[in-house]
Amino acid sequence: MSTPDLQPLYDAVLSGDAKTARAVTEQALSAGVEPLKLVQEYMVPAMGEVGRRFECNEYFVPELLLSARAMKAALELIRPLLAASGAQPAGRVVIGTVKGDLHDIGKNLVAAMLEGGGYEVIDLGVNVPPEKFVEVAQEKNANLVAMSALLTTTMPSMRTTIEAFKAAGVRNRVKIMIGGAPITQRYADEIGADGYAETAAGAVPLARKLAA
Amino acid sequence: MTVATQLVPKPDGALCAVARRFSAPAIRDPSELRFGHCLHPLRTRHGLVIGAGLVYPELNFTLPPMLVTQATMPEVRAQYRQMITSALQRAVDLEAPGLVVEFETLPPMTEHPAWAVELTRILLEAMEDAHARHGLKSVLRITPNDLREMERPPRMRKGPLLEAMLETFDGCAAAGAEWLSIESVGGKEVHDEALLNGDIRGVLFGLCVLGVRDMRFLWTELVEIARRHGVHAAGDTACGFANTAMVLADQRMIPRVFAAVVRAISAVRSLVAYECGAVGPGKDCAYENPILKAITGLPMAMEGRMAACAHLSPLGNIAAATCDTWSNESVQNIKLLGGMAPTCSLEQLVYDCRLFNRALADGPEAALLLRKWLVESDAPLDPQAWILTPENVVNLADAIVRAPTPLAAGRDVGLKAVELIREAHRNGQLKVPPRELPWLDRIQNALESVPDNEEAFIAEMLPAVDTTRFVPAEYGL
Repeated sequence: MSTPDLQPLYDAVLSGDAKTARAVTEQALSAGVEPLKLVQEYMVPAMGEVGRRFECNEYFVPELLLSARAMKAALELIRPLLAASGAQPAGRVVIGTVKGDLHDIGKNLVAAMLEGGGYEVIDLGVNVPPEKFVEVAQEKNANLVAMSALLTTTMPSMRTTIEAFKAAGVRNRVKIMIGGAPITQRYADEIGADGYAETAAGAVPLARKLAA
Repeated sequence: MTVATQLVPKPDGALCAVARRFSAPAIRDPSELRFGHCLHPLRTRHGLVIGAGLVYPELNFTLPPMLVTQATMPEVRAQYRQMITSALQRAVDLEAPGLVVEFETLPPMTEHPAWAVELTRILLEAMEDAHARHGLKSVLRITPNDLREMERPPRMRKGPLLEAMLETFDGCAAAGAEWLSIESVGGKEVHDEALLNGDIRGVLFGLCVLGVRDMRFLWTELVEIARRHGVHAAGDTACGFANTAMVLADQRMIPRVFAAVVRAISAVRSLVAYECGAVGPGKDCAYENPILKAITGLPMAMEGRMAACAHLSPLGNIAAATCDTWSNESVQNIKLLGGMAPTCSLEQLVYDCRLFNRALADGPEAALLLRKWLVESDAPLDPQAWILTPENVVNLADAIVRAPTPLAAGRDVGLKAVELIREAHRNGQLKVPPRELPWLDRIQNALESVPDNEEAFIAEMLPAVDTTRFVPAEYGL
């Protein structure tokens, strides 16, 4: 069987066309294209371009989310095959808004960006207690933990969560990244986080840097 | 007041006895829609009269980065005592004509109503002391945070979180807080998602179906608490809705035209507080308040440039055009070169109010000239500001009161906002970035597809929204 033209997969993710992304993926898999090739050579680069367009104000979030959903639709077909072949995602991230804080828009955006970047994302939601971060990170064998806070009065929960990882003796098993309106690099350094991203789009390069 | 008192069914089927329906805008003439002036001024216990010729500063402050726990409560008390004492002293020094203080509780304080009540007492004691010693008249607005969203999906009408929140209102009102407000969140579970997806039908469902139903439930309770204690149910805000949209638009995450339409629709939800018996002043961060002032004739708090300490906005000047109290939203108690931040913030508010009040003292023409500058310095630069010019506000208010149901009101006011923005762009009065123009068509098409019948709309929306995020029964669905 001849190799199908895979550019439409890239285009479908870029334009947020989930139906086409899924159809092209199905077709490619039937033709024997390596699942990893679809992810690494078409889907992740397309999401990279989406991120670029978002960063330079060509795309709004609704367009970004459509693209993320298109990628997710295609990934649903690919994930089981990748798992069966032993291939790993770019990383596994446990993400949540810290205890006492109910803001989840920024956290949701970071989750969408990380998924688009090829990461497996486990979203714990909002008002997440420190012990929950630790428990799920261990249970899912995550290599990254991402925490969000929007309030100055909930920022200290980030420190408490990092301390909970230390107390459980698993701090060195995960890299911890933080973000949110009141957060700064200085604060990240002060509480012993491994990284800070100022924007949602900045979370993906940061995750890559931390995992390197 | 152009209201018709009537019984409106609450979502649980019971009749809401205090409800009233605004059948026509109270203010039809845009020149009557201005700062320091409203049709139904509100008098406080100490004799401040809001909306009757003076604009008062409204100060809100919060803690610096710290946890609020039993162990930190001594420090929390000391922080609040210091913030209020310093701010009151500055108000005295600057000869402020009066002062509104807003105490917006943090979640642990609402969860432990005794803490919120204790802090309310600390604030009121200092305010009474300043009155006794210096004659400074002041009033306290209490704004418990809406605790119900701590649980996901939230339980809106029962449970310990709601009980704690209502107990906080009750205890603070009993302690002497005179105005009751809240930034309520019913419908936000759906609305957040709709904002991120640029889904105006989802916005309408969140604000005008879920939001309106929750407001009727909640404000019936709050009006009753106010009545019991002889205080005022003041007003709500679409902060979690339209301000979220505004901040997302400011960060270029969603189009500004989208945020502008969301703002217009949000007025339908916030209006319910007044339909249930709230009397103002509307909550400061409700940038939809000019529309509500036009509909109700009640006094409104507003915030603008002085709220940059809490969040950025494109409405810094125009927000002041119709304010009756002028607020800073919230500022952390941190040290600045001039002093502690709440004190500095108060000084800024007092100077703004001096300017408003000087113009008011010189008569309506002077006030309208200052209003013109406040409006025209912002309106051409952002659609969110454009829809808040007094002329446009009256148009939007009219679209809301003409509609037979909240759903129709939301749809119609959204379409009116699109029309106003499109027309202004066409005439060169308003800048709309080219990449946002297609969104006007998208929004219009989506709104035009909304049926008149609410049940039909709900039937269309329930399969389309994420029903794991909210419990339909909590909204009577």
